[in-house]
Amino acid sequence: MEKKIVLRTKGVGKYFYDPVKFKVLDDISFEAYSGEFLTLVGKSGSGKSTLLYILSTMDTEYEGDLFIDEDKITGQNLNKLAAIRNKNIGFVFQFHYLLPEFSCLKNVMIPALKLGKFTHEEVEQQAYERLDMLGIKDQALKPASKLSGGQQQRVAIARALINSPKIIMCDEPTGNLDSKNTQIVFDIFKQITKEFNQTIIAVTHDNDFAKASDRTIELADGKIISQDLKF
Amino acid sequence: MKGVNTEIALTHILTRKRQTIVASLGVSIGIAIYICLNTLIIGTNRYSDNAIFKTTPHIRVYKEDDISKPLSKDTSGKKGTIVIVNPKISNISKNLINPSKLLHDIKNQPDVTAAAPMVTANIFYNNGKSQLTGVGWGVNITEADAMFDIQSTMVVGDLRTLLNTPNGIIIGVGIADKLNIKLNDNISVISSVGVIKLMKVVGFFKSSNAVTDKSKSYMNLATAQQLLEEGPNYVTDIYVKIKDPEAAVQYATVLSKLTGYTTEDWKAANELFVAGKKIRAVMFLFISWAILLVAAFGIYNILNMTVSQKLNDIAILKANGFSGKDVVRIFVMEAMVMGIIGTIIGFLLAAIIVNLLSRIYIGADIGYFPIQFEFSVSMTGVGVGLLVTFFAGYIPARKASKVDPVAIFRK
Repeated sequence: MEKKIVLRTKGVGKYFYDPVKFKVLDDISFEAYSGEFLTLVGKSGSGKSTLLYILSTMDTEYEGDLFIDEDKITGQNLNKLAAIRNKNIGFVFQFHYLLPEFSCLKNVMIPALKLGKFTHEEVEQQAYERLDMLGIKDQALKPASKLSGGQQQRVAIARALINSPKIIMCDEPTGNLDSKNTQIVFDIFKQITKEFNQTIIAVTHDNDFAKASDRTIELADGKIISQDLKF
Repeated sequence: MKGVNTEIALTHILTRKRQTIVASLGVSIGIAIYICLNTLIIGTNRYSDNAIFKTTPHIRVYKEDDISKPLSKDTSGKKGTIVIVNPKISNISKNLINPSKLLHDIKNQPDVTAAAPMVTANIFYNNGKSQLTGVGWGVNITEADAMFDIQSTMVVGDLRTLLNTPNGIIIGVGIADKLNIKLNDNISVISSVGVIKLMKVVGFFKSSNAVTDKSKSYMNLATAQQLLEEGPNYVTDIYVKIKDPEAAVQYATVLSKLTGYTTEDWKAANELFVAGKKIRAVMFLFISWAILLVAAFGIYNILNMTVSQKLNDIAILKANGFSGKDVVRIFVMEAMVMGIIGTIIGFLLAAIIVNLLSRIYIGADIGYFPIQFEFSVSMTGVGVGLLVTFFAGYIPARKASKVDPVAIFRK
């Protein structure tokens, strides 16, 4: 498969000012390719989550440049960034973060309804397809708060996939799951990258999870110390 | 698609029905009281204005007393005659010159609806040995009735009797009581110039003012002129009614320029009343706004709480591509739904309260409570209610839109 760059950083650095000025990220430059399953590892405080939130476009206070699809993201206004996230990036977090008042189906549909590319019926159809792929179609109409942790995480993944984003970003996606559910999530990620050519960038503590990914970037003290290139 | 924001807002509201209802009811009560108070003030003002207009014309045209002037002026201080001046009200007649032309001119003014000539005479009412001072109004009773609605104040007798009774007189009930007069009794009336006339009482009136009832009487114009030993061209006042009583102040100056005589508008004649009206208006405005603000705080409070509880949800919406504007829309919409529900209920509540109030019988010459449903006031109430809820919602909504998702996710 052709290696196409979907995300690129150039000399990204970031400071924390509280309680004292402190450089969390220092000169981070790397590329992520389409269809790649990329994991970011490192000890607590190594800056991997901070890096992920910069990549996610939600954190705008950093130095250096960020490109998605070779379009410069750095310096865009907040509304534009929201639109870029809506279209190009899906999110999966450690603590699922579903909207509790809504059904699973609605949770999955919301980003697509926001995008507004398809009609309500089409979006509903697509949401059912995603839930089916993740094996939780039968839970679709239940309120999100009534599901188990593993099921909620799968709903969150379905939501991340609904707009067919180029990149899916995960912060400890399996941190809260047992080994069985971890395996399910891992298999889904593999399937997404291989079958749909989408890119996954995941921050993780789980070494087994990281080892099984295409590439692992290890951070320590805000710097990239190794890039295990298997891709 | 805009629909998704609405959907989220409605879901939030439906999952917290009780808070929504409480906030809405706060607005309802605020709006209801706002509308009721303002309707009440319009009703009472209309009633008291009408009471005023039963005795005071919108504009009165008359000749002001002249103060006597020195016969010659001492200009240089050297040669001129020194005149000792003791200014007094001059003895010149208070007659308006050529009243029929004046009347014609005034009636031709665009906003004048009625104008009536009037002769006022200070008189004594005598019945046997008892005597009472008062003022006789010489009028064309039909015209005066059109202006002051005298018929509605009549307690005994009929106005029209005056028309075919040249020496007839209609007196206030206070005079009738004091002098022990019954209908069709004859009384003698003495004027300030000493003319004595025997007059037949053809009716009693009772106004809302006891002093008026004890002194005032209506008689034919010609009778009043005779009492003052004057001819048919003698008219002391012209009373003018215009379309909009509120414009009386400006219109009085117009008429003053037109006629060359002094004019007095009803507001100048009733300064105390006008001041009281203003104070009432300010007071009611204060109360109604205070209540509205309290209602607005209810909405603000509930939305503020919602925002604090939903920081996670806001963060996740933002991560999924909802902009700050979308978040503002969602929460403002929630406020507006509460506001709209509250305003509708408040409007209905106000309509019911006003309806109930208007059925309360007060008695005396007021009759029923002087209140009726005022459409424009209600619309203002609805508008103000929606405006207030908008701002009550906008402040927490802005706070929500400023939520930094990264800060939430990293906790």
